[in-house]
Amino acid sequence: MLIKRPADIKSSEITDESVYLKRRELLKVAGIVTVGGLIGPVASHQVFATESVPGVSGRELPGVQKSPYSTDQVPNSWSDITTYNNYYEFGTGKEDPALNATGFNPRPWSVAVKGECDKPGNYNYEDLVSPHALEERIYRLRCVEAWSMVIPWVGIPLASIIKQFEPNSDARYVRFKTLHDSSKMPGQRRRILDWPYEEGLTIEEAMHPLTLMAVGLYGRELPNQNGAPMRLVVPWKYGFKSIKAIAGISFTRKRPRSSWERTLPSEYGFYANVNPDVSHPRWSQARERAIGASVFAGKKPTLMFNGYGDQVASLYSGLDLRKNF
Amino acid sequence: MAIRLLLCIPVWICARTFDLGSRFVIKPGSKTFYRVTKPVVFTLCLLPVVILLLQAFEVREFGLGANPIEELLHQLGRWGLKFLLLSLTITPLRRWTGWNWLIRFRRMLGLFAFFYITLHFLTYAILDQGLDFAVIIEDVIKRPYITLGMVAFLLLIPLALTSTKGMMRRLGKRWQKLHRLVYIVAIAGVWHFYWQVKLDTLDATVYALVLAVLLLTRVYYKSQTRVLT
Repeated sequence: MLIKRPADIKSSEITDESVYLKRRELLKVAGIVTVGGLIGPVASHQVFATESVPGVSGRELPGVQKSPYSTDQVPNSWSDITTYNNYYEFGTGKEDPALNATGFNPRPWSVAVKGECDKPGNYNYEDLVSPHALEERIYRLRCVEAWSMVIPWVGIPLASIIKQFEPNSDARYVRFKTLHDSSKMPGQRRRILDWPYEEGLTIEEAMHPLTLMAVGLYGRELPNQNGAPMRLVVPWKYGFKSIKAIAGISFTRKRPRSSWERTLPSEYGFYANVNPDVSHPRWSQARERAIGASVFAGKKPTLMFNGYGDQVASLYSGLDLRKNF
Repeated sequence: MAIRLLLCIPVWICARTFDLGSRFVIKPGSKTFYRVTKPVVFTLCLLPVVILLLQAFEVREFGLGANPIEELLHQLGRWGLKFLLLSLTITPLRRWTGWNWLIRFRRMLGLFAFFYITLHFLTYAILDQGLDFAVIIEDVIKRPYITLGMVAFLLLIPLALTSTKGMMRRLGKRWQKLHRLVYIVAIAGVWHFYWQVKLDTLDATVYALVLAVLLLTRVYYKSQTRVLT
């Protein structure tokens, strides 16, 4: 597999480092004082020396390697990534998950593997993670709500994990389920979605080298509000496809229906590829707000497949992306 | 802490004003009564914007979170709707309790609704869309919830402009007719909120229920009057 770096986007176009690093100061400038040197560069190609990242917490993950799939854009701050979450299992407000997931204990954890594969069964977290090397993948994340972040995930290519289960030739799709336990996930007491949260990918999407099973953030164990202990990251699709706290994986012949698709089929489709040309019925997807940028920075144009078109467009050749949104 | 201090002052003034302990009692409806209560109510109405300013400039522990524009937009919109509903509460509450002095606060509440909704619109146009008129016009035409919000905002402008005593006198009976537009504004405003929510419509439903009750009381009082006359 040819490893291509995304060529359609330059880091300087996306997040102005000084703006991102000094947002607070910029806000103050607008009101009170002027500030001299705003520049605070961060080396973004290497794995994060986590002690240098303000606010990080959690156990440090050993032996994390950097990846050529990472963007060289500057990641959002730990605080942005961990306090602005869509995770309805812990409340529908953006700051709810950070507040309500503090008591969630993601260990011990097991994943039920079923369906069209030769090695189904219950796998412990360690069974799935320890055989593999951890990689840092700095990915763009584009939410269906038209905002975006850059996030330094740590994880394992989903393909490596899936190979452990030896899917058979009837495995055309992979369905994922979030843990269903309202005593641990208080948001599940309200039936706003048909719990448990479910998502699906085609087997080709699941085996794609960009698709990641994330277990960490900024070199640390994944915080609860970001989907601990393990979550999907599919960077060319809207964020809701990247299902959190995965407790079930099954291989199916038929296309699974995801939770959002079942709830609002006219607004959320199975593919949910980032696409600036296909509007959400209630808002435009042409532009996005970069979280962490100056409030005066304005929105920036959204890229097809979130800028990962070089790597993934071939998966959808011949498919009408307007119909299959 | 700062919020508590800011809240304490008006509460203390209220307590002094309505002091039943005997030192001084101000009769509701008297000149002194309005002289004391109007600034108190005015200050209370300004509190949300003061807190939002503290948050916007990240004073002490105040902040707007990771997406400050969205937070500002949503908070201003919600306060606009709250004041709109509050101003619509005055008439039924006055009839129910017989406290005629309430009517003297209706205009202030209505104008604060206009104030917050204007700030909401400006936040959308300037900060959210960067004054890109092509995008704004496309939004208004293509996105039904934005169409509704814009209709509500535009209809509020003539109401704010004709809120003065002079205009009331000049318009006479037509003033009341014109100001019935506020019902359309409120329905469009709450609908705008409801339609914008991605999935969890609980909050918007509460606003809609409050509005429904306020509108139904008007239907009820109207039918009562008809029976009496």
